[in-house]
Amino acid sequence: MSAAVLDKPAPSPPVRAAAAWRAWLWLAVPLLFVAAFFVYPLVQIGAQSFLDKSGAPVGLENWRYELASSAVQTAIVSTVKIAAISTLGALVLGTFIALALSFVPFRGAGFITRLIETVVSFPSFLIPLAFSILYGRTGVVNSVMESVAPGVPPLNFVNDVPGVVLAEIAFYTPFVVRPLLAVFSQVPRELIDVAGSLGSSPWAIVRTVILPAAVPALAAATGLTFLLTMNEFGIILFTGAKNVMTLPMLIYTRSIVTFDIPSAAVIACLQVALSLCVYCLYRWITKKLSGAHHAAAR
Amino acid sequence: MLLHAKSTRLTVWGFLAVALLLLVGAPLLVTFMAAFAGSWNGVLPSNPTLGHLGGALAADNLSALIVSLQTALFASLLAVFLGTWAALCAASAPASSTVSKVSDAVFHLPAAVPSVVVGLGLLTAFSKPPLLLNGTVSIVILAQTLLVLAFSYSTVSAAARGADPLIPLAAASLGASRLRVLLTIRLPLLLPAIVAATGLALALCMGELGATVMVYPASWRTLPVTIFTLTDRGALFDASANTLVLIAVTVAVLAVIAKVKGRTTLR
Repeated sequence: MSAAVLDKPAPSPPVRAAAAWRAWLWLAVPLLFVAAFFVYPLVQIGAQSFLDKSGAPVGLENWRYELASSAVQTAIVSTVKIAAISTLGALVLGTFIALALSFVPFRGAGFITRLIETVVSFPSFLIPLAFSILYGRTGVVNSVMESVAPGVPPLNFVNDVPGVVLAEIAFYTPFVVRPLLAVFSQVPRELIDVAGSLGSSPWAIVRTVILPAAVPALAAATGLTFLLTMNEFGIILFTGAKNVMTLPMLIYTRSIVTFDIPSAAVIACLQVALSLCVYCLYRWITKKLSGAHHAAAR
Repeated sequence: MLLHAKSTRLTVWGFLAVALLLLVGAPLLVTFMAAFAGSWNGVLPSNPTLGHLGGALAADNLSALIVSLQTALFASLLAVFLGTWAALCAASAPASSTVSKVSDAVFHLPAAVPSVVVGLGLLTAFSKPPLLLNGTVSIVILAQTLLVLAFSYSTVSAAARGADPLIPLAAASLGASRLRVLLTIRLPLLLPAIVAATGLALALCMGELGATVMVYPASWRTLPVTIFTLTDRGALFDASANTLVLIAVTVAVLAVIAKVKGRTTLR
């Protein structure tokens, strides 16, 4: 790469400007698609949030009403709360699985790794569906419990926050395992052997040798998982949890069930603002950490 | 080797086995067993039946499967086409240039927005002139395309940035036109990444629910929507049978794609 740059005479400014113009012109086709079918609809949602149901402008009326409503405030809190707990769970479980698969290897570890990679492409509602069959109100565990110990109150966590959080942890853990496996495979085994022969305990090796190398990957996985769990909809819809009202669920209910599009538009604006903040933070942190990591490696 | 004592190793493996069984094994196994269960009141299902699976492959649900396949195919091909186009543009410019920065920011953006909002946006924007798409098939395809565009773009652009820049330069210096370099050098070099992106996009589209449930017309109902309706009604065994069919078809499509991919990397 650097050889090519050195050998080529530096292009004169007009040539470079022309090349830049041509690059923009080529990029215009996919850019126009995103502008027409993604940016324009988002702008329309923004415009809709200032109109009433018949399309007449009402100024800030919708915003004032929704921001003051307790349903929206509760939804914001529970969206962030569920996303945070699920991310933390996926992070802990994913780190453990990746550590065990990489550093305590066994025959069949490769197969397990491939299985985890396949599961990522499965539909997310597989897990809440299985949860309902197993632990639902009329599910397997409850009917077995009833025949074994009739007096015990039935399990009823699937349609509530714990069910949603467990399902999200189960679905998003592979998103943490995959990048960590890639990083762990590059940690030199000699380093671990040396640290071990110098008397470090396994826990100390994990803390001082392995995890520091994985900080950028861990940060990236945390950011991505938090963003995806905050935007999660399919899992919550499938658990049928009536009292788990996150922002995506509220948007769906308002627009499809009660046809209150102006209200849905305001909530969608809030959700987009929240998601974009998390997304920008995620990109900033990953850029910063990967830059620092490369500098340290040199 | 991190752990030398056999007992600690066994403990770690024990925990790993439990975690994997709960995360990966149980959902798959339960769905599989429920798909064939006549009733399930004990530890194991009883009265095994093929009825649910037969129902999943009968008229209505089969057409939902075909609708899903068609939507996923169109959406992922469109997304991979646009993603590859943008990735090639971004990779041709230096990584620090405005062109590649803007394209990185723009084409990753749709993945950051919830699928429900993508659906709501399409509904509000295209239920009125200048473009009326509400109630058509294209609005479902557009929704799924937007949701997988970011994954297609990032897969192909990672490969395009990692590709050896000297090979196209050498071809150009030998007098090949830009179009010829693109068609005979750059695209074939990226083919494994393009095929991988297509596979990922197809799998994600097959299971897509959030945006689809917002925009689908009654005449174009995908399989995940059918499965949701069944679950909502409490028909969990029928829902499992349909999920099993969905997963089986997705895995089969992915296997075909993996075979194609193997052939592309061999060259």
